[in-house]
Amino acid sequence: MAARRISSLLSRSAPLLSRRGKQSYTSRGIFRYTTAAAALEEPIKPPVNVKYDKLLINGQFVDAASGKTFPTLDPRTGEVITHVPEGDAEDINRAVSAARKAFDEGPWPKMTAYERQRILLRFADLVEKHNDEIAALETWDSGKLFEQCAKIEVPMFVRLFRYYAGWTDKIHGMTIPGDGPHHVQTLHEPIGVCGQIIPWNFPLVMFAWKVGPALACGNTIVLKTAEQTPLSALLVSKLLHEAGLPDGVLNIVSGFGPTAGAALCSHMDVDKIAFTGSTETGKIVLELSAKSNLKPVTLELGGKSPFIVCEDADVDKAVELAHFALFFNQGQCCCAGSRTYVHEKVYDEFLEKAKARALQRAVGDPFKSGMEQGPQIDSEQFEKILKYIRSGTESGATLETGGDRLGTKGYYVQPTVFSNVKDDMLIAKDEIFGPVQTILKFNELNDVIKRANNTRYGLAAGVFTSNLDTANTLTRALRAGTVWINCFDTFDATIPFGGYKMSGIGREKGEYSLKNYLQVKAVVTALKNPAWL
Amino acid sequence: MQRFTSSAAVIDEPIIPPLQINYTKLLINGQFVDSASGKTFPTLDPRTGEVIAHVAEGDAEDINRAVSAARKAFDEGPWPRMTAYERSRIMLRFADLAEKHTQELAQLETWDNGKPYEQALTAELPLFVRLFHYYAGWADKIHGLTVPADGPHHVQVLHEPIGVAGQIIPWNFPLLMLAWKVGPALACGNTIVLKSAEQTPLTALYVAKLFQEAGLPDGVLNVVSGYGSTAGAALASHMDVDKLAFTGSTNTGKVVLELAARSNLKPVTLELGGKSPFIVCDDADVDHAVELAHFALFFNQGQCCCAGSRTYVHERIYDEFVDKAKARALGRTVGDPFKNGIEQGPQIDLKQFEKVLRYIKSGIDSDATLECGGDRFGSKGYFVQPTVFSNVKDDMLIAQDEIFGPVQSILKFKDVDKVIKRANATRYGLAAGVFTTNIDKANTISRGLKAGTVWINCYDIFDAAIPFGGYKMSGIGREKGVYSLNNYLQVKSVISPLKNPAWL
Repeated sequence: MAARRISSLLSRSAPLLSRRGKQSYTSRGIFRYTTAAAALEEPIKPPVNVKYDKLLINGQFVDAASGKTFPTLDPRTGEVITHVPEGDAEDINRAVSAARKAFDEGPWPKMTAYERQRILLRFADLVEKHNDEIAALETWDSGKLFEQCAKIEVPMFVRLFRYYAGWTDKIHGMTIPGDGPHHVQTLHEPIGVCGQIIPWNFPLVMFAWKVGPALACGNTIVLKTAEQTPLSALLVSKLLHEAGLPDGVLNIVSGFGPTAGAALCSHMDVDKIAFTGSTETGKIVLELSAKSNLKPVTLELGGKSPFIVCEDADVDKAVELAHFALFFNQGQCCCAGSRTYVHEKVYDEFLEKAKARALQRAVGDPFKSGMEQGPQIDSEQFEKILKYIRSGTESGATLETGGDRLGTKGYYVQPTVFSNVKDDMLIAKDEIFGPVQTILKFNELNDVIKRANNTRYGLAAGVFTSNLDTANTLTRALRAGTVWINCFDTFDATIPFGGYKMSGIGREKGEYSLKNYLQVKAVVTALKNPAWL
Repeated sequence: MQRFTSSAAVIDEPIIPPLQINYTKLLINGQFVDSASGKTFPTLDPRTGEVIAHVAEGDAEDINRAVSAARKAFDEGPWPRMTAYERSRIMLRFADLAEKHTQELAQLETWDNGKPYEQALTAELPLFVRLFHYYAGWADKIHGLTVPADGPHHVQVLHEPIGVAGQIIPWNFPLLMLAWKVGPALACGNTIVLKSAEQTPLTALYVAKLFQEAGLPDGVLNVVSGYGSTAGAALASHMDVDKLAFTGSTNTGKVVLELAARSNLKPVTLELGGKSPFIVCDDADVDHAVELAHFALFFNQGQCCCAGSRTYVHERIYDEFVDKAKARALGRTVGDPFKNGIEQGPQIDLKQFEKVLRYIKSGIDSDATLECGGDRFGSKGYFVQPTVFSNVKDDMLIAQDEIFGPVQSILKFKDVDKVIKRANATRYGLAAGVFTTNIDKANTISRGLKAGTVWINCYDIFDAAIPFGGYKMSGIGREKGVYSLNNYLQVKSVISPLKNPAWL
């Protein structure tokens, strides 16, 4: 995530990498992916215990109404970490009732904004205190690097809650000039009970993007976690209650999309839905809202974000950031820079260096220090990625490196680079959501703008150039919610994030995110003898 | 002038406005054209049910043509590439032209819609012009933000036009709804495909012609007359439309959102139905409250989404209020909307007329007390007697459904907390009226009501700067005011690294 931090991590390790050269390297247990050996003979025992593995409804950890559970798996091995209650429609009903009561009768929306702020700040402090425990749980459940969790994601989680705590007492309505003798004001009110559905690729950070603004605006919440990663949300929610959050304000239901998720989206007593996930599921979410009570919907969906390297770019930096833009988080980012457009004049050099960089990528047990890549989340994603790799090969793209699973256990995939990719190949059109870089050639700026925009997605874009005119032209022309210029994946709390076109509706983070969780009420009173209008 | 108590035929000889109907074709890419199918449909005079003109009937193919034109005008055209000042000048010129043609526009609006000419001329047209002045002023005030970063990055947020906007407007305020939709879309630099209501296609075509005269480039505003299930559905489903704004019924709004979900996830703004409470507390000025409750319900033949259609009156003043409300309704002048002094014209069409009469029957059947009215008015056209029900209970259909006609339902209450609960016990949340002289009650009720607009000791104040829109199933988003611009803008974050920043 925060490119600044990641970049500095990367630059610290860069001298090591260059000294090592390209040969397989296994010192201190770091596997460059060129070793075909099993990446993981003996997975490291996670330094954490699972303490909370039930649904959280009305401040109580409870079993599912049905009594059913489902296993959550360790992506390093595919083995069961623990069994978690499987919430479905009845549990969603219970959770919505609790949230409804907590909203309609309080005390949460009836507290002062300052009191709500204090609770959010106390929560941020508690999370900070439990940084490593939370990070370890996140790594265990999602397979992402422990160093990434502990140094970037959990601190960013804390930073986001401090950011939103600061907003609580700055939700201003407006007073408005009337066309006649009327006093006009707008109130920005909490919208009510919010349904929130978060994905598995950044369970904690997505939790913060959703829960942060909803709580800052005084709402109550029913949150459905991804079935792949139910654990960290339960742990932090426990801490949020320790910080003083009243019962029923935040309810967590673990479970599956077609059951618990659909019930939440269709619920007649939910006032708002926010969803992050695939475009296909996002369409269903919006349809369920349309068919039920027209709750407003925020969607953060898929992407196929272009990363455009112009001829005047700093090639080494562009290679490093293009690598980062795609491979970060095992390629499991909605905004992954998954179409690397390189100007023909620097194409050969770029390609050679991009391949070398991918070959150097350290893949292995995410609990090991120095790792850059862990396993994919589950066998479904793992299989899907391998299918796309086959499709790339079959469609005539050049497989520069990678192309297969890594090791024999868990869901590790070799860092894979395709060159000579054409716009109409599936690997250049679909969201792969894995460590597969596709490099395309361009020679003309206007042409690459058109090609970059020729997608149903519009989430993000990277632009590498040292020329101000080129930067300005591309920035305005790209139909994408975020344009990173000479950087990528900078995710500060204040920067709004969201999609054009079928990448979503609405913006999260920043001031814009508050709109998702507020209703606007215009209040108009007649004025007698006004001193001014 | 006829008080509704006279049961004579209202329209023996309808007044024919001195007006030529010049524009009956679709406006696509700056040209008035026939529909691709060659089909037309009649638009009727609600006073008589007779044909005013035949209008080209657009359907999916015409929507495709219009969207292509709008797409080209957005992707290649001068419109989004003009300076904001140039766009603002065109909108101001248009406002001037509309002002110059106020009479013709008001006549055309009344003829096609049946609303009182005086209302169209002295209230709606000036408001229409005012709205375009308002939005012209916004064109060069669409500011993005620069944003403090957590590290050495320069962060800016651009507010960009969203692209091709599809807009579907209703028949109850054809011109004003056009202004609410077209005004912000143009101010933000978008291009438009507008579908007018099949009951009232005429003024939008006239207005579009004035826009051309004002210098709007071809293809920026395309107007397709036609039906919801054909043209409207094609627009809502279109893969090349970037935004949809719809005003109409809640049931149709649900379909519109579903079509967006199933096609390309275009963001949707909805302004839908309402069953807005009008709460008269025991300390209210009763005469003033009666007059405004009457206005809140009967204005525009009761055809307002925000009509104050549940009049809650405190028990202490209830009897006095009902007497006076009945007297006021009996005094309402109904007749040819072109006549001076007329307060109420006909309902829009046969379907609405029959629906209103059905609800009146339901009110009687469910044992509400019919204080006055209760039937059609005259023998021709779609006139309905101003109707007042008292002793209405919350669970009666007339207290739950949107009637969209001149039928006032008066309910009794005694406790403020309870009336807030009753007022909120509806799927709608569009607007509310509160009558009280007590500031604590005003504050308590205005926070407690789940409604997008609360009018205190006034009603139907529709200034350009006041946002309007619904809680719950009354809609999504806000129109008018600064809020309306959000509907027509995309937000783009632009981040670049800083070398040696002087400050962060």
